[in-house]
Amino acid sequence: MTRHIRHAAFFCALLLAALLVNAARVQVVEAPAYGDNIANRRTTIARYGQPRGDILVDGAPVTGSKDTGEHLRYERTYTNGPMYAPVTGYASQVYGTTLLEHTEDGVLAGTDPLLSPFPLWGAAARGRYPGGDVVTTLRAAAQEAAYEGLAGRKGAVAAVEPSTGRILALVSAPSYDPSVLSGNGSSVARSWSTLNRDPDKPMLNRAVRKTYPPGSTFKVVTAAAALDAGVVEDLDVRTRTPDPYTLPGTRTKLTNASDGCKDVPLRKAFEWSCNTVFAKLGVEVGVERMAATAGAFGFNDPDLKIPYSVARSTFDTRVDRAQLALSAIGQYNTRATPLQMAMVAAAVANGGQVRSPYLVERTVRAGGGTVAAAGSRPMRQAMRPSTAAQLRELMVDVVREGTGTNAWIPGATVGGKTGTAQHGLGNSGTPYAWFVSWAQGDHDVEPKVAVAVVVEDADADRGEISGGGDAAPIARAVMEAVLKSSPEPRR
Amino acid sequence: MLALVAHLAVRLRAPAADPLLLPIGVLLNGLGLVLIYRLDLETPGDAAAPTQLVWSTLGVALFIVVVLLLRDHRVLQRYAYVCVVAALALLTLPILFPSVNGARIWIRVAGFSIQPGEFAKVLLAVFFAAYLAANRSALAYTGRRVLGVERLQLPTGRVLGPIVAIWLISVGVLVLERDLGTSLLFFGLFVVLLYVATGRTGWIAVGLLLAAVGAVAVGLLEPHVHGRVEDWRHPFASIEAGEGPNQLSQSLFAFAAGGTFGTGLGLGHSILIGFAAKSDFILATAGEELGLAGLSAVFLLYGLLVERGYRTGLALRDPFGRLLAVGLASIVALQVFVIAGGVTGLIPLTGMAMPFLAQGGSSVVTNWAIVALLIRLSDRARSRLGVPRAEEAATPETGRHEHAGAAR
Repeated sequence: MTRHIRHAAFFCALLLAALLVNAARVQVVEAPAYGDNIANRRTTIARYGQPRGDILVDGAPVTGSKDTGEHLRYERTYTNGPMYAPVTGYASQVYGTTLLEHTEDGVLAGTDPLLSPFPLWGAAARGRYPGGDVVTTLRAAAQEAAYEGLAGRKGAVAAVEPSTGRILALVSAPSYDPSVLSGNGSSVARSWSTLNRDPDKPMLNRAVRKTYPPGSTFKVVTAAAALDAGVVEDLDVRTRTPDPYTLPGTRTKLTNASDGCKDVPLRKAFEWSCNTVFAKLGVEVGVERMAATAGAFGFNDPDLKIPYSVARSTFDTRVDRAQLALSAIGQYNTRATPLQMAMVAAAVANGGQVRSPYLVERTVRAGGGTVAAAGSRPMRQAMRPSTAAQLRELMVDVVREGTGTNAWIPGATVGGKTGTAQHGLGNSGTPYAWFVSWAQGDHDVEPKVAVAVVVEDADADRGEISGGGDAAPIARAVMEAVLKSSPEPRR
Repeated sequence: MLALVAHLAVRLRAPAADPLLLPIGVLLNGLGLVLIYRLDLETPGDAAAPTQLVWSTLGVALFIVVVLLLRDHRVLQRYAYVCVVAALALLTLPILFPSVNGARIWIRVAGFSIQPGEFAKVLLAVFFAAYLAANRSALAYTGRRVLGVERLQLPTGRVLGPIVAIWLISVGVLVLERDLGTSLLFFGLFVVLLYVATGRTGWIAVGLLLAAVGAVAVGLLEPHVHGRVEDWRHPFASIEAGEGPNQLSQSLFAFAAGGTFGTGLGLGHSILIGFAAKSDFILATAGEELGLAGLSAVFLLYGLLVERGYRTGLALRDPFGRLLAVGLASIVALQVFVIAGGVTGLIPLTGMAMPFLAQGGSSVVTNWAIVALLIRLSDRARSRLGVPRAEEAATPETGRHEHAGAAR
């Protein structure tokens, strides 16, 4: 009997061993897989168990966290949500994150190992730290000016600092309040479907995620290519341009909005925005050099990130000469985001150098230490400095006596270019009003701001949409706001 | 305080008892109360810890009563048939009551739900021990002749009777009450005791065969049990089907979240398991918040408890006492294995209370009764023989069995 008791005891020991081995399997071997299972809510609970870090504009947070006391405890709140939505995006407990809330999620949610006081240990421990803050490059005054300038009309504004690439304003209208998507209740689902069904697409970030035909504002690029290529050597020498201009290889006649474009020199053509002259210049420069210049400005770059990705602005390189002529005046397949056109203006203002634009100045720990700083951004030479100087002259003329007088600011040098872009099938859509510009205060050593404004369907009653009429005042307000608040506080 | 009173009772009436049994019981019971209270914090409307404390007190009181009044365990042998009748009555009682969550094992009396099957365990252990102690040689002899000489021949009906009866009871419990765990426990208990009493592996083979046939049949035919088996084979099937995690996957998530050292008490989210988080799945809370380290410690505590039970069985001389000690220890061992294996995905999940840890009054009272009986038995074993002489005393019987084995 004793032997059998021992056998039975041994059997129990086997059971115990099986339990221990299995516990080790579940808790150690399989643990990471179970932890990552989508149905496991622990990650989610931990994520919302602490206040999310904030996004800062001019040192003040434009976001916040609300303690709901629910299972998923902290919910995102936004101050001036619609105004900053194209920058912050939303942070929803149901629908995830977008834009800065998405790209900076590691810092905001506290999972970035760099938040640890001892980064190597942090990387190994994969812990969660108090959420860090994201300091943006935005200037609150400029953002407000742009948002109020659009006043709910469909359109977008992008402003950058030419010498650094800092994005000073990024506005898209109509916008939405991201805080309606923060939580996890049924109202969030309703808001989500309402926003997605809205024909005005309030969640579309028009400043960086939508491309428009740039129209006449693209003539800045064409002019730069023509000057760099030596097709035009003197701004005041008459070009041999017929009016109307017959597109090469076709019988289509290209006309101008204003009279007197026949054979005008580049200076006048730019000031009056003569389509005929720039179409012919584009053809003379040739597709390769046009594409090279456009590429140097940032067109055809699918990888631009600010840090969230920016839609690719395009300049079609597989075109015949007629299509090239149209491309050179910002039609056909030429498309640009408002941010891209702000970069074009910035390149002119910055001696031909294009700085890659960025939104995040620094990320900081909850305690205040810097996690990462933006540092110097990559730079490209879009045109020769002498060409940039000539273009500055041309753009200043536009504001002084051409189509862009609405952008004039006392006490500052302002250069700009208007644009009215046809679009839609057979150009049936309401044209887009464009204005790109830059400004330098009389006491500044360099241009402080470059802006691009697009208004999709300005006042339909006025019959005619023009960049000078609808977009230029907004650009002026933004530039004034930047010039006034300079020198900007360096944080 | 309770522990102190219980300790005094042991010192008074069972001074030579195994010194580990009571502390292990107190420790596990206390840990259970802590874990239940910790889960109460997340379910404000449903406080289980006070009730559990009342039941624990009752359990300790029963423990003291048993230790004080039961002077000699052999008295129980006389009440074997009373025990089995009472056990069967308790087992069948819940059939009259409505089923709860697919199992019909509760009765409700004055606001308390009681699981009579829990008490039946101890009574059945007493009965088995008494019956087998009385008929041991007959069973062994008959079994040896029939199985030894002609293995294909079944044992005589007279000897086969009990095992068929207990098999029928197990399956009956399984089908009528849909309680896979209890039937497994009863059957396992019987097979272990039968083996210990007779040493005939033939019985084990017959028993396992019957169990396998019964389990497969029920597993295929009974939807509730079939569902449990499917859950065990594919714990995440419901997630893949888009229906969210079931309890077993939530339990596995909890264990996984604990990792090696646990999240710390109160910092886990095992409440996500939902229903039965405080009872059947209490181990998941231990696993998540105390980690593999804490879980292993708990397992080893049970292991120690069982080991002390078996050691008591080895040290005793009378067959009834030996079988009773082994039986009681096996109840604990099997129960821990069935439920712990269930919630960690080792075997199909069956609803059962983790001894001492889980919320459940009947269970905690029963476990205190088990510990009380083991205390009584170990006191007998150690006071009469002295601890070191246990092996010595066992030698003659061992010799005889080895003899029998050799003859076979």
